Amino acid sequence: MNQNLTPQTGHGTGDYVTVNIGPSHPAMHGTLRVIALTDGESLIKAEPEIGYLHRGVEKLGENLSYHQFIPITDRLNYCSAIPNNVSYEMAVEKLMGLEVPEKAQLIRVIMMELARIADHQVCVGILGVDLGAFTPFFYLIIQREEIYEIFEWFNGARLTNTFGRIGGVDADLPDDFEERWNELKPNVRKANEETEKLLTHNRIWMDRTIGVSAFSAEDALNWGFTGPCLRACGVKRDLRKDEPYCMYDKFDFEVPVGKNGDVFDRYIVRMIEMEQSIKIIDQAYKLYKEMPADAPLMARVPKVIKPPAGEVYSALESPNGELGFFIKSDGSANPYRIRIRPPCYMIYQAFPELVKGELIADLVACLSSLNVIAGELDR
Amino acid sequence: MDLKKRVEQCLGPENLVVAMAECQGDLSVEVPKSSILDVMHLLRDTPGLGFNFLSDVFGVDNLDFNKSKKKPKEKTEEGEGVEEITTKESLPPRFEVVYLLLCLERNERLQVKVRVAEDDMEVDSLYSIWKAADWPEREAFDMYGIRFKGHPNLKRLLMWDDFPAYPLRKDYPLEGQGEERHLIYDD
Repeated sequence: MNQNLTPQTGHGTGDYVTVNIGPSHPAMHGTLRVIALTDGESLIKAEPEIGYLHRGVEKLGENLSYHQFIPITDRLNYCSAIPNNVSYEMAVEKLMGLEVPEKAQLIRVIMMELARIADHQVCVGILGVDLGAFTPFFYLIIQREEIYEIFEWFNGARLTNTFGRIGGVDADLPDDFEERWNELKPNVRKANEETEKLLTHNRIWMDRTIGVSAFSAEDALNWGFTGPCLRACGVKRDLRKDEPYCMYDKFDFEVPVGKNGDVFDRYIVRMIEMEQSIKIIDQAYKLYKEMPADAPLMARVPKVIKPPAGEVYSALESPNGELGFFIKSDGSANPYRIRIRPPCYMIYQAFPELVKGELIADLVACLSSLNVIAGELDR
Repeated sequence: MDLKKRVEQCLGPENLVVAMAECQGDLSVEVPKSSILDVMHLLRDTPGLGFNFLSDVFGVDNLDFNKSKKKPKEKTEEGEGVEEITTKESLPPRFEVVYLLLCLERNERLQVKVRVAEDDMEVDSLYSIWKAADWPEREAFDMYGIRFKGHPNLKRLLMWDDFPAYPLRKDYPLEGQGEERHLIYDD
């Protein structure tokens, strides 16, 4: 037998093997690539290599008008496009000093929370698939599809919604929203319940997730974590509570926090957040119904948007964490500079720290639980 | 006391404030490039400020911004050459690095800026204070060519390693310059 073909097993002998995972690999989500130095099954080092989905979104933004950039923001986090759209719109509105009508804000909240549920469902579902639990994925993905149906029926697109306009939203919620939502709500709850039954107290699931890639709160803050990954570490930080936007201060909801910051905590935080999102949608719809039918949906916005020169940063709590847009304007019809602060970019840079000393199989679990979206990461 | 006064009180005595601006409630403070590490330590450790979270770091190229501001009003055929030299001298440095800071206790945000001239493209890295500066600084290097002194792994992040230009600079064309592809599929 050829000596070169015999499998090299290290296990403390110092025979390290470099394993290249990705950029096109079933266990990698999108075009992610990790170069791992392994000792047998355990990781000595794992270095992420990014940029395979780099489309130059920031450069594109400098060459488009303010309105034209909204569809580009769909392509950032394509699992939940609506918070991207709204975050960008909010940044331009802040730059122009626009006051968005309350009814439009409520529609935004309803749609953003639906997107959050859909995003978390994909994340939890894929996490299950990566760890060998295939069934919950189907329960969740069916309900996600139903949410996408609502999006499609609302504005004609499933994934790339191009939701809202600068200064408000373009269309009112259709009349039968309540009916559809009441139909969807118990199904989402049931799917989540089934998922929790299958996973949470499952011995295999617990062994594969508890304590895996645990992270301390201090480290998480140092590395710039936000969103569910930070809350899993035990830091109660949620922009919806801390820096309320879009009337979030009027809703009653809980911010779940974990303790160890491991894969299990991230999973649990996401599961609870879905339930909280359902609560928020109910409250927002109740407020929405109290509004007069002819309440305005758009602020007064000129046809050609030329914000005054200046620079602002505006952020909201996207499903992955703080999603911010920094816009510098020189007073012309094109933004001078757009900087996107994607949440998973900051989280993924700590990846070598997160998986140090873990097994290769846990690398996959860790990656899924971070919910790294390549479109948002590479921009 | 409002944030502007507190920042002034903290940085003012050591002459660390170059300029301050406010836009729609966002406060930004420009500081000298050489003392960025001192400024960050002060902003983080001074009680009453406590900016303990680095949200983002990125570069801005002010090439066109400077141009549009300093556009000569009368264009005379002979006078053009002279005009350009005088404007070039009075222009502020071309690049700037913006740091977005956040105070978790009071939910206050602050933009800190340093100006980076084209002939001295080196800024101290914040990696020693916040690890969060790791990739954003690499990206600023990748996109603008701003080098961060003390960064442990300063190489290109999004573009491939032997990419010859800095794509987010204003003088780089949108369609690219016909750079060779990353992978050359020879058989």
